[in-house]
Order: sequence, then structure tokens, then C-alpha cells
Amino acid sequence: MPGDPLAMIMRNPKASAEVVEKTKELFGLGQSWYIQFFIYFKNLLTGDLGLSFQYKKPVIEIIIQKIIPTVVMVGLAEILAIIIGMLLGVISAWKRGTKIDVIALSFSLITYSMPTFWLGIILISIFSISLRLFPTSGMFTPGKTFYSTIMLIKDGASHLFLPVLALSLVLIGEYAITMRNTLLDVLTEDYMTTVKAKGFDDNYIIKKHAIPNAMLPMITIIAINLGLTIGGTIQIETIFSWPGIGRLMYEALNNRDYPMLQGIFLLITISVILANLIADIMYSYLDPRVKS
Amino acid sequence: MALLRVNNLKTYFQISAGIVKAVDDVSFVLNKGESMGLVGESGCGKTTTALSINKLLPQEGKIVSGEIFLEEKNILKLNDSEIKKIRWNDISMIFQGAMNALNPVMKIGDQIAEAIILHKKVSYKEAIEKSEELFKLVELEPKRISNYPHEFSGGMKQRAMIAMALACDPKLIIADEPTTALDVMVQAQILNLLDKLRKEVNMGLILISHNLSILGETCDKIAVMYAGKIVELGNVEDIYNNNMHPYTNKLLSSFPNIHKEKKIPEPIDGIPPDLINPPSGCRFHPRCLYAENICKEKEPEMIKINENHNYSCHFGGIFNE
Amino acid sequence: MMSSIRKEMRKKKINTFIKSYKSNRMGMIGGTILIIFIMVSLIGPIILPFNTMKFGEADNVLKPPSKEHILGTDDLGRDVFRNLLAGGRISLMVGIFATIISMFLGTAVGIISGYIGNKTDIVLMRITDFFLVIPWLPLVLVLAAILGTSIWNIILVIGLTSWAGTARVVRSQTLSVKERPFIERIRAIGADDKTIMMRHILPNVFPLVFANTILVTAVAILSETTLSFLGLGDVTRSSWGMMLHYAFQSGAASTGAYWYFLPPGICVVLVVLAFTFLGYSFDEILNPKLRRR
Repeated sequence: MPGDPLAMIMRNPKASAEVVEKTKELFGLGQSWYIQFFIYFKNLLTGDLGLSFQYKKPVIEIIIQKIIPTVVMVGLAEILAIIIGMLLGVISAWKRGTKIDVIALSFSLITYSMPTFWLGIILISIFSISLRLFPTSGMFTPGKTFYSTIMLIKDGASHLFLPVLALSLVLIGEYAITMRNTLLDVLTEDYMTTVKAKGFDDNYIIKKHAIPNAMLPMITIIAINLGLTIGGTIQIETIFSWPGIGRLMYEALNNRDYPMLQGIFLLITISVILANLIADIMYSYLDPRVKS
Repeated sequence: MALLRVNNLKTYFQISAGIVKAVDDVSFVLNKGESMGLVGESGCGKTTTALSINKLLPQEGKIVSGEIFLEEKNILKLNDSEIKKIRWNDISMIFQGAMNALNPVMKIGDQIAEAIILHKKVSYKEAIEKSEELFKLVELEPKRISNYPHEFSGGMKQRAMIAMALACDPKLIIADEPTTALDVMVQAQILNLLDKLRKEVNMGLILISHNLSILGETCDKIAVMYAGKIVELGNVEDIYNNNMHPYTNKLLSSFPNIHKEKKIPEPIDGIPPDLINPPSGCRFHPRCLYAENICKEKEPEMIKINENHNYSCHFGGIFNE
Repeated sequence: MMSSIRKEMRKKKINTFIKSYKSNRMGMIGGTILIIFIMVSLIGPIILPFNTMKFGEADNVLKPPSKEHILGTDDLGRDVFRNLLAGGRISLMVGIFATIISMFLGTAVGIISGYIGNKTDIVLMRITDFFLVIPWLPLVLVLAAILGTSIWNIILVIGLTSWAGTARVVRSQTLSVKERPFIERIRAIGADDKTIMMRHILPNVFPLVFANTILVTAVAILSETTLSFLGLGDVTRSSWGMMLHYAFQSGAASTGAYWYFLPPGICVVLVVLAFTFLGYSFDEILNPKLRRR
């Protein structure tokens, strides 16, 4: 990472001498690079990801705080998108060429062609400003006292609605198109002719033969996509001021908070590896050719 | 009554580059218990003819005109649900083994059983039992019905497909290149098996291949196709010993004969015909050694030599001179 | 003698392609939209120039559409419509140039990796996997932060991060072309690797690359828009993404200044859709198996 952190901290008038010294020590700045690397790994193993320049607190503390909001929002959006998107894709492929397919395809293509953040802006403008249905930012209403859990949940839900809607719309488009294409690919396979030759309904053919085969690449794509959604998350969290990892990264970048960035990158790397691992496991579970 | 009658079948494909006349006026008759070979080079319309009989054409394909009769039923007049009852129950198919004709994520036994359950309305248990019997019939280990396709060799997959085709005791089996991509020994085994089983139940068989030599043993009669048309149709003996069309003659002579003199067979000149704009007159004329002007101008009529043998050529048998 | 047959065949292929394209509705719609946008982007700013430096008067800020300004004014009192016209040039330019870099890299890596094989293949594929698996936006953000945000750096960054998909696809196509008998014959005649790759593999891989290029352009334009929005664009060039950036910063969403944040977004969507349509239609025409879709 470029830019001398020391110089950056120094430039920050609020940095006390203590912090500067501690940072210098922690990062082994001033020592050769392989010692720095070693120190980094040693710290890593003990869960020490360094101090954030912005927050003056351990990076790992901040990250842990911000993970839950992201997971909640992304989790909900993904679940919605997977279910609706796959359904849409199946209908599209099955009724290929008909009005339903054209509409579904158009919808998917349009949301897929939209910049994610732009969709967020439009949603804010329609639902928050014009209709005054939902709040524009944050996870909970600031300064509000919650007398009961239900109140808390209601407030949280109303803040959750738009970000989740924005993210899921974009993802639905992507999953629908992928499912449609995968299914169409499967439908051109030779064994589909065999099944048809046996005299089955389209319904049976799609459910029992096409979809099971289409799920194989789909699972892989979905799992890998989970690891990549960070891109969409950054945009959504920025627009909606959602207190999650995405926004954390955006701020860290703008403030050149390198320890924070390193920490977040580590997190991203781990989740991508995890996602790929899960994809591999699920695939080997579903595909008999791999089981043996 | 004949088992299958195809009259003047025309099946065309609509693609972005134009209309492909894949099957252009094909007629033949298959009697009960008879086996017919359908031979021709790649793209001549054999598979399309087969798929037309079962109405299994892809979206771009349409049967433009003609009639197909399975015994007394007019196939082309049947609606969707009636045709589905006929599929596999009356007419079943065996596809090329090298193709991906079996669902890779479903057990083979289940793939056989599902057809039996659909048409014979029996329980899963009974269907599985029948599948095991079928496996025995095709000389496969019955326990292996719980295997997946990738666990079978090419020859075994082919046998499995024969078992599957027999599942509902059909009246007619259409086998499309069942032995291509198998080694010669296995080829012979498969053909013998097919022949034996067919005769046991007196089933009709249409055997499609681009390899004329394998049809001689198992077929009662042979139809030779070129560019979407049948150019010669006759009994096996007639086709082998008394063929009249230059194309048939060329096809036969492209196989080295152990008994005759040793020489390298001559290939057929030229490139496969364009089915969107087929050659004028006789479609074979660009590649025929004996073509004259009339061949370019006028399409030859079907000439009947005897009850079972006909061909379409202006100069039938000219190669004998 | 041989090359004139080649030319004949090539001409025939191109004609068939054009005929198929004209009958493909999706492709025609996409192509038409694209042509309109390109023409407007080229001519528009000449007729109605936009000066980023020319600010309007303070009371002309964020005014709704009027006779004078068909799309209203932005947060600096400038004409939104003119900005839109100028923005088209930049967004399209970045998209196209970044794609050129990406396609070049991707095709080269794909062909070399697929054709040469062995260790080269393994190494190149590991690198490709790295770029494929890493979430795109964080990677781009870091590169942009390092390299700086001038327009050429942005083009470079987008190009350098989007070639991996193409490489994979080209590689598998190369592998299948490599198996064709004529390759062996040409090698027997004594052609060297470079010639084979350039004159024999490349033309056979080209249709795939072509369709892929169009689709990558769509993604490149989206990427630039997103980058600019996040503040990593070239501030001296007012692309559609930058317009959206300032729109958001100035609170256009909360104040309901729809004329500011809607038009640039709509333009991006239309252009990206157009490229996608075009790319899909090319894919369909050039890939026979897909024709059935």
C-alpha cells in the first residue's frame, strides 16, 4: 500500500505522540519490509489487525461492529433474490419467447444494466421523499428510545426495507438471467430429447430433468456471487448510510486508513475463499459424477 | 395393415439464414416385424425423418406436408396429449451412445422406470423390477440399475438404452446410429442383440446409419437417402446386388470387400449439398460421374423395378455398363 | 489461388452474418440505440458545447426544466442537458478504450495459454483465476487509489481488471480449435507457434471474441459510472457517472431534483442495454448452439 502511514498520521494534528509511537512499533515502520511482514502475520494470528487511523481503535473491533448490519442486509437481499430470481429464470426459460419471457427478460436486463447506486437513488426519491414511506438513511432512527423489542424491530425493518429492496432488485435480474441461460443450455442437451421421446409433459421434464441439471452450475454461480456482492454492498451502504462493512471500506479509502483497508481486504478474502469452498462442497454433493 | 406408412413427408427448418429443406418428399412403408435400414451421409435427413415420426422436432422444425400412419392412426392429426401416449409406448427410440442421451444426474434404473410408470401405471417397485429384468435381457448386471450413466462404458450405455427402449413393449423402435463410436466387436454384439430381441417380440425396427455395411446383416430392406430425398429403396439383396442409383453404388463400393480384388475405394467427389438451396434437377448431379444435362434440369421420377424396389435416376444402372 | 478462395469464403460469411443480424430483432434494436447515442455524442457537444468551468449564477442553481434549460440546471447552475451531451462522449470513450485493453489482454492470454499449454498455461490460468475471483470493486478501488484518477488511469484500471473472463472463454475455444486436424497439418508443414496463433487460431476464435467484446463494453461503461459516482472518477471530465456523483453530493435525491439524477442514469441504462442486446444477438448468430435459444 502506498503512502507513508507515518507521514499521514503526522499530518493529522490530532494524532498524539503516543499513538504515533505505538503505531510505529506495531507496524514495525522504519524496519525492513520482511520484518514488517512477519510482524503482520504474528499480529494476524493473535487477532490483532492493527489500529485504525480514523477511529483510533483496533481495526478488528470496528469490523466486528459493522459486520452484522451488512450480513443482515445482504443476507435478506440474497435470499429474496435467489428465490425470486430463480423462479423468474425458470418461467422465462420454460415459456421462452412468450410475453412472460419477454417481460421477465426485459425486467432482468434493465435492472442488470442499471448502476446499483442509481437504483438506490431512485428508490429513495420515490419512497422516501415523494411517498414518505421509508427513512432515507441509517439503520435505526438516531436518538430514538425504544420502549419495546417490537418497536425496535419495526424501526429497524423500516430502515432495512429500501436497502434490501435496492440490492435484491439488482441481484434478481442477475440470477434470473443466469438461471434462464443455464436452463436453456440444459434444454439443448441430448438427454432432453430422450425424455421428451418418452412422452412426458413439459412440467415433468423441467422439474425432474432440466432443473436438477441446471442447479449444478447455478449453485456454483450463486456461491461465488455471494463473495462478490461486496461491490454492490459498497454502493448501497454509501447511498443509504448503512453502517456496514461496505461503507466502512468507502470511508477508509477516502481517508487512506490503511490498517482498516487491510483488515477489510482480509475479511473479503476470507469470505471469498469460504464461499468458493461451500460452492465446491455443495457441487460435489449434488453432482454424482463428482461424488465418486 | 402396415405398421408404419410415411407418405410424401416434408420437414423444413426455419433458421435465420433461410429455410432448410431437411426432408423433402420422403415415402416408405414398414410392415409388422420388419426392419428397415435408413442410410446416407451426415445431414441427408435421416435423423430428421426419425424425429418427424415421433413429432420430436425442435422449435425451428416443422412438418410442412405429408402423412404418417402408425397402423391406423394418423400421427400428424393427433393432438399433444394423444401423441404423448404413443411416445415410448408404441414408438421408442435408441440414440447414439456417444451422445449425452442419458440424464447424468439420474440413476439409469430410474430413467427406465419412469417411462414404465408413466405408460403402464404401475408402482415404482414394480417398475424397478421390470428394469432389472430388462437389464438381464440386454446382458447387463441387474444390480447396476442403481448406477449413474458416467459409470457405464459406451457399449454398456448402449445396452442400457436398448433396455430402456424395450421398457414399454413398443411396436416400433427407431435406432439412430446405435453403433457409431463403438468399437467393431461391441458394434457386432449390439447389432446381434438388437436383432435377437426384435425377432423375439416381432417388433418393427428402423435402423439409421451412415455405415451401409452394418445394415446388411440386420435389415430386411434399406432406404438410401441423399439431400433430403430417398434415392433408392429396396430389399437387402436388391440394394447390395442389384442397385440402380449411382449414389447407392458409390456407397457400397466405398467399403473394401474381402472377397473381391484389393483396391483402395474411391471417395465420392464434391461437398455435401446445401439444403437451403439444393442443386437443381437431380440433387446428386454435382457429384455424379454420369451426370448429363437432363440431370441438371429435371428431377428424376421414382422408377419401380419390382414390388419392393424403386429408385430415382435418369440413368439407373449406368455404372454396370 | 488459395487466398482468393479464402476471400470468397470470408465475403460469404460476412454476408450471411449481416443477413442473420438484420433478422435479429434484439440486435437491431441495440444497434440502432447505439448508433443514435454515438451520433449524438459526436455531434451534440459541437452544437451545444458544455464548459465545466462556466458556473451559473447562484440563484440559477438546481432549477427544474424550463424553456432555457430543457433539463434544468445542476448544483453549479450549469445546463444539465449540455452536460448530458458532453458526458456521453466521455462515458462512451472510457467504455470503448477500456474494453480494447481488456480484450487485447484477455485474447492474448487466452490464446497463448490455450495453445502453448503446459507450465505457461498453469501460470497464466492462476493469474487469471486471481483476477476472476477477487471481488471487482475493491480491486478497482485500490488500483484507482494507487494510480490516481485521471481519465487514462481509469481506462487502464478498468481494462486491467476485466480481462479475466475473456481469457477463460478464449482459452477454452482455443483448446477446441487446437484439436482440429488442420492445425496438425500446418504444423507439419513447418509453421511456427506465433504464425499458427496469429493466422489460424485467432481468426477461428475471433467470432467469439467479437461477441464478447460488445458485452464487456457494457460492463466497462457501468464500471466507469460506478467509479465516478464513488468519487474515483476524473473530476475534470464530466461523464455521466460524475454527474451522478455531484447529483448525490448536492442532495438532488433528497430535494427531488429529478432532472439532475434521472437523465444521466437513464442514458447509462440505455447504452448498457444497447450493448447487451447487441452482444447477445452476436452471440446467438455466431454461436450455432445458442441459435436455438
